[in-house]
Amino acid sequence: MIFSEKHELIRKLTRDFAEKELTRDILDEIEETGVYPPELLAKMGKAGFFGVKTPLKYGGQGSDYLSYAIVLEELGRVSAVTDIWVSAPNSLGGGPLMLAGTEEQLEKYLRPVATGEKIMAFALTEPGAGSDAGGTTTTAVKDGDYYVLNGRKTFITTAPVADWSIVYAKTDLAQKGSRGISAFIVDMKLPGVSCGKAEHKMGIIGCPTSDIILEDVRVHKSDLLGEENRGFQNAMKTLDIGRIGVAAMSIGVAQGALDEAIKYAKERKQFGRRIADFQAISFMIADMATKLQAAKELVYRAAQLKEVGDSEAGTAASMAKYYATEICNEIAGKAVQIHGGYGYIKEYRVERIYRDCRVFTIFEGTSQVQQMVIAGNLLK
Amino acid sequence: MKIIVCAKQVPDTNEVKIDPVKGTLIREGVPSILNPDDANALEEALALKEKYPGTTVSVISMGPPQANYMLRECLALGADDAYLLSSRAFGGADTCATSTTIAAGIRKLGGCDIILAGRQAIDGDTAQVGPQTAQRLGFPSVTYVQKIREIKEKSVVVERQLEDGYEVIEVQIPCLLTAVKELNEPRYMSVKSIEDAYKKEITVWGESDVSLAPEDCGLKASPTQVFRSFTPPPKGRGEMLSGTVPEMASALIAKLTEKHAL
Amino acid sequence: MAVRIIAEKCKGCQKCVKNCPFTAITMQEKLAVIGPGCTNCGACIDECPFGAIEKADDGARGVDISLYRDVWVFAEQRDGALMNVSVELLGEGAKLAGEIGCKLCAVLCGENAGGLIDELFEYGADKVYYADAPELKSYNTDAYTKVIYQAIVKYKPEIVLLGATHVGRDLGPCLAVQCGTGLTADCTKLDIDPEDKKLMQTRPAFGGNLMATILCPNHRPQMSTVRPGVMEKPKRRPGAKGERVDLAVSFKDGEIRERVLEVVKGLTEQVSLTDAKIIVSGGAGLGGPDGFGLIKQLADRLGGVVGASRATVDSGWIDHSHQVGQTGTTVKPQIYFACGISGAIQHLAGMQNSGYIVAINKNENAPIFEVADYGIVGDLYKVIPAILEVLG
Repeated sequence: MIFSEKHELIRKLTRDFAEKELTRDILDEIEETGVYPPELLAKMGKAGFFGVKTPLKYGGQGSDYLSYAIVLEELGRVSAVTDIWVSAPNSLGGGPLMLAGTEEQLEKYLRPVATGEKIMAFALTEPGAGSDAGGTTTTAVKDGDYYVLNGRKTFITTAPVADWSIVYAKTDLAQKGSRGISAFIVDMKLPGVSCGKAEHKMGIIGCPTSDIILEDVRVHKSDLLGEENRGFQNAMKTLDIGRIGVAAMSIGVAQGALDEAIKYAKERKQFGRRIADFQAISFMIADMATKLQAAKELVYRAAQLKEVGDSEAGTAASMAKYYATEICNEIAGKAVQIHGGYGYIKEYRVERIYRDCRVFTIFEGTSQVQQMVIAGNLLK
Repeated sequence: MKIIVCAKQVPDTNEVKIDPVKGTLIREGVPSILNPDDANALEEALALKEKYPGTTVSVISMGPPQANYMLRECLALGADDAYLLSSRAFGGADTCATSTTIAAGIRKLGGCDIILAGRQAIDGDTAQVGPQTAQRLGFPSVTYVQKIREIKEKSVVVERQLEDGYEVIEVQIPCLLTAVKELNEPRYMSVKSIEDAYKKEITVWGESDVSLAPEDCGLKASPTQVFRSFTPPPKGRGEMLSGTVPEMASALIAKLTEKHAL
Repeated sequence: MAVRIIAEKCKGCQKCVKNCPFTAITMQEKLAVIGPGCTNCGACIDECPFGAIEKADDGARGVDISLYRDVWVFAEQRDGALMNVSVELLGEGAKLAGEIGCKLCAVLCGENAGGLIDELFEYGADKVYYADAPELKSYNTDAYTKVIYQAIVKYKPEIVLLGATHVGRDLGPCLAVQCGTGLTADCTKLDIDPEDKKLMQTRPAFGGNLMATILCPNHRPQMSTVRPGVMEKPKRRPGAKGERVDLAVSFKDGEIRERVLEVVKGLTEQVSLTDAKIIVSGGAGLGGPDGFGLIKQLADRLGGVVGASRATVDSGWIDHSHQVGQTGTTVKPQIYFACGISGAIQHLAGMQNSGYIVAINKNENAPIFEVADYGIVGDLYKVIPAILEVLG
């Protein structure tokens, strides 16, 4: 794909930012402490990374999906966890609001999320309802001007630090499966809201994930997002955007792994030669680079189709997510392999990359769910 | 206050590599960038604009049409408007002719209070165009500015870097200052400012637009001429030491001692 | 001397397009076309297999060059002491004057700095032009420009050399514009064309990737700033004498528009890279600012000075005053240790004339090994402690 000058400039901005701000020392410290520096988040907010495609009138940057993909790609090349912080407000946090928010809700919630002043979590998954969101058991019962929410949400990214969360709950128990679900904006400080302990994750250290527990939480009706009982559609459309995001992260992280592999293959000597001079290694690198390029094209295409609202956009997003996350894992695995024993120790970047990207084929719709979506669209 | 920033698009010489066999430079894939010192000049102008309301920042450059991209970056960083002096007639200019053209562009803009330029461009490293432009405009100039201390009504107080310290200089307005890296830390663009930059126009001027005759520009107005250029011959590869680390360390010290270098 | 394509000879092979260092040549209908980016460097002329590129003389109109005579060196003094580079230039200037068959002169500005005149004679000046005024005590752009410009107009030197110091690189451009002549920055080599006695000024261009020889054929004086540390210092001949010419100095109100309020010295750590006998430099391979601790340890042990690559300075690991290379200081110590420095061309440009170059780098293909006298492939964090061990 040939980019416009504007998109090249957005790439330059992000690359410069990543190279200068996301230094090895800072990333190591995040990994060690599990804390992402607030001043770094503030700088990202200033650069506009939290509201790339959010409309200008709600404090966003008014750019497009391709810019969003480029931002995630370039940041992910250096730091996967940074991508999680950036994608949250753009997609899972801001997405449901942009899809269904009233003017008042957009002004009140979207603006601070797009500038990074506030953090919005997205609470759909439950212990018993992962990819099958229809199995939601969290309930919201109307009581005058309020809804009373009860239930437990799990694996919620940023939950422990979030100001608000979009919570999906069953409002009509009579309706089966995905019907009868509504979306609410829940203030995390409301009585009855608590977070579980942050999970000990394999990777993506520095962005906490936990449960959200709702016990008789009274949410005012003005914080019902979209129509009552229409929340599931809102969630699914949000995940659509999220898929492009994860796919974009994947190509960035994979590029980082490939960069490391190439650098190492040129440095490392065995049997009196650079290991890059062995065909076994050089062909591996050729494969990695080719698959990565194919994944990139899928991601950029999905972003462009989404931009123009093409009917293929959903399938394209699933294809991009499916392929890019899978090859990202493959490339990270091969990068570790090329590093040999050094790839297994924390001094080398590929060790972290390998752990970080493992979740990509899992969250926001597993590879298998993407296959279901793609096949479903082809075979209906 | 009216500020004009002089900027240049340059190849990122950090990225230039030498073909190890032919000894020639490989320029493929070398990106063009906003000259680093010019980025400091622009940053200072933008900081002054924030400090003194009503300040305008214009960027002017001489170069081929592709230099538009660099000017877009300047707009995305926060400049109000951008001007590109571009014409076949400007080609082959040395610093003397370049300063004539830039000065003509600044005159066309109606002059200003402060001109900020980078100390030098990384492709030529001459550090001449800044002060020469000032001479042509009759402005005083201070080069190697590492800090602007104070803007007074009719003067500016700056720190001028020396090899072993600095001088504090008060210079009359209007003036030209050239910026060094230590002056500031350039800001980032933002996604929005990039979007905005593409909604603006970049004005392109040829020689007649800035009231210059073709013979006052470019090669025809350049006293210096390149007689020839060549790739510097590489010094031959020396001796690679081998063995364990302590063995190599001993061998090195022994060899340097033997040659009476130590 | 513009570079031109001879259309009848061009076969459209694109060799020139690929080899132009400035991306200035494009193909239009199978014919090479030289664009505005051309600097007339002439790299394409040698590349063209068909002799289809030529240089044609259509340079700037000039002056009557026969009126100009003698080689001048700007004798830069700070706090009453002569800068090293000015002494180096007297050595180089004497060589040039000898080849042309003219006098070597120094031009000195200051207040009560006449004591330096004898020193200038002893370093080889035949004649010293001296301007004495309170306004000239330390460097001032307007004051120095006026005084020296007037002297140039009156005495018409054919060559004026200045050190490429922060002062010389400020004064040179101003003088050149006033005199309506050219100026070649940061020269590393000066020669006299044996045929027409013109000055051939050679300097690195394009970040040191190219060397360019520059002429100033039709304008006078021919002016160069010369990089400190490159030219040889001449032997001092105690008691040597020459002719002293005092320059008349007067300034009108408002003529000097800059005023030095204060001079602050030595706030940054004094790094005399130029004079160092041994330099130990660190590069990106250090991995972080702390690595300079080890570099300093070795430098201290050897009585040397710490140097740095541009990458480390750009990353803020160490002050710019330590930077060696194209945009830093040019050095030629007896021994130069490059530790974790890959050897970007800009860096090589600033240190490749060192007596002995020792390179320590993990990557055996690092370009630094191409210029090293002794190369050690290995982790500097292991190699330097081993060297310290050997030194005891």
